[in-house]
Amino acid sequence: MSAAIRERAPALDVAKIRRDFPVFDRNSRGRRLAYLDTGASAQKPRVVIDAIAEFEAHSYANIHRGVYELSALATQRYEAARERVGRFLNAAEAREIVFVRNTTEAINLVAASWGRTNVGAGDEVLITEMEHHANIVPWQMLCEERSARLRVAPILEDGSLDMAAFERALTPRTKLVAIAHVSNVLGTLNPVQRIAELAHARGAVVLLDGAQAAPRIPVDVCALGCDFYAFSGHKAYGPSGASALYGRASIMDAMPPYQTGGGMIASVTFEKTTFAPIPERFEAGTPAIAEAVGLGVALDYLGSLGLAAIERHEADLLAYGTRLLRAIPEVRLIGTAQGKLGVLSFVVRGVHAHDLGTILDQEGVAIRAGHHCAQPLHARFGIVASARASLGLYNDHEDLDRLADAVRKAIAMFAG
Amino acid sequence: MSELRELYQTTILDHNKSPRNFRVPEGTNRHADGHNPLCGDKVTVLLVVDGGTVRDVGFQGSGCAISTASASLMTQAVKGKPVGEVVALFDKFHALLTTGGDAAEDLGKLAVFAGVREFPMRVKCATLAWHTLRTALDGKPEVVKTE
Repeated sequence: MSAAIRERAPALDVAKIRRDFPVFDRNSRGRRLAYLDTGASAQKPRVVIDAIAEFEAHSYANIHRGVYELSALATQRYEAARERVGRFLNAAEAREIVFVRNTTEAINLVAASWGRTNVGAGDEVLITEMEHHANIVPWQMLCEERSARLRVAPILEDGSLDMAAFERALTPRTKLVAIAHVSNVLGTLNPVQRIAELAHARGAVVLLDGAQAAPRIPVDVCALGCDFYAFSGHKAYGPSGASALYGRASIMDAMPPYQTGGGMIASVTFEKTTFAPIPERFEAGTPAIAEAVGLGVALDYLGSLGLAAIERHEADLLAYGTRLLRAIPEVRLIGTAQGKLGVLSFVVRGVHAHDLGTILDQEGVAIRAGHHCAQPLHARFGIVASARASLGLYNDHEDLDRLADAVRKAIAMFAG
Repeated sequence: MSELRELYQTTILDHNKSPRNFRVPEGTNRHADGHNPLCGDKVTVLLVVDGGTVRDVGFQGSGCAISTASASLMTQAVKGKPVGEVVALFDKFHALLTTGGDAAEDLGKLAVFAGVREFPMRVKCATLAWHTLRTALDGKPEVVKTE
């Protein structure tokens, strides 16, 4: 989004938003909880929690199966949630949305179904050095199985993608480009529209891992031009267990099932089974029904605040937090690309990330410490682990002040 | 904050800053690699075992303060001890971190890790080197994971 549009977005009323999240009703270790781990999973607003409870209590039955009223009602709510996700991503049709458990499952679905059908010996899958393990391992397995080659585009020191090297790594054998929309460690916002153009020009299909991007910026899969887009409901303030894969209908229509069984068939005899059309073809068995409904409500909640306002709010927090951490000489930020979003990863000289995480926890500051499921990326920066503070709707300057204060405390403790 | 002081006692901070026996002992005849997949910490424990006794011991690798200090203090505790006593010490140390009780009594300096029990997420940090030591003693070649 352009800076001009972002500037016009209204500011978020964080005090009011915090009251929407029951988790902040209680203190953490005697302090106001500074929750800076939204990148791992977001807290849930009361409207989502209540909607799930209400649905389970009064509208629940299995979907697409019963002829009775409750089943019809549950089916309607579930399908309305699918439509809500479709609008959230600006998908052309609701049938392009498949409910999955998490982004990991979404990527595995594409690797198993599209990958096994379309990637053969000598073909190439192109990823980048900044990927989450969920966007590395499924492709690694696929390439091993199909005798294909996994290529990895490098990043630059500031954490941005080396576009020249990326273009060189795209070849006529490239079948698929799989890349994070926003990096979960670096916060780098990749130029995915340009990447999709380059990939399509060589006949490759594009999958975007939107786990970090979708809850932070407006996403329009048509404008981005991607073929697959995966995001996690639980990082978008919804419940865990219901996430979504967008797939271009013309591609998904031709894909074989991922898992098989109930709910995904047209007809079954012992001789032959014909499969249901998309999206049911990819939703074998009873799905996370209430969770999907909850995800729809979470997206309504985000919509009521406005993604543009959320983006502006987090950009302000990120700038503030970056300034605070840069003022501490022992801190080295990992990921400083222009236009980065949402996460502040760093290492502290003399204090291991794990120790830092424990000390911060004692101060009521919750961060992630470790490799954040991106070991190759950490190896690229010559480190084993880092600390990561990730931002959300409910964070404010006070949370970041307390982060910086606690980091200073840890440094003093280890220097003593 | 008092629990935190209990966790990061002076001895632990000291051994983290200046790990003892952080070296490859001459004549190493047993070794094993340990790995904590949660945080990426790695440790290699190297032993000179002769006549049923740990004559020398060293370690390599990188990790958090708890895992580094634990490895360092472990090398001091087991050096010169018969293998049977080392195994008994492993059991006591493990009990100290998991079940508590009176295990601290016979552990000497290792008792500083009693505070780790209050931090369940960190128990694996303190036991990584010890599990790796056991594997090295058994002469099994595989990588140890803290499970």
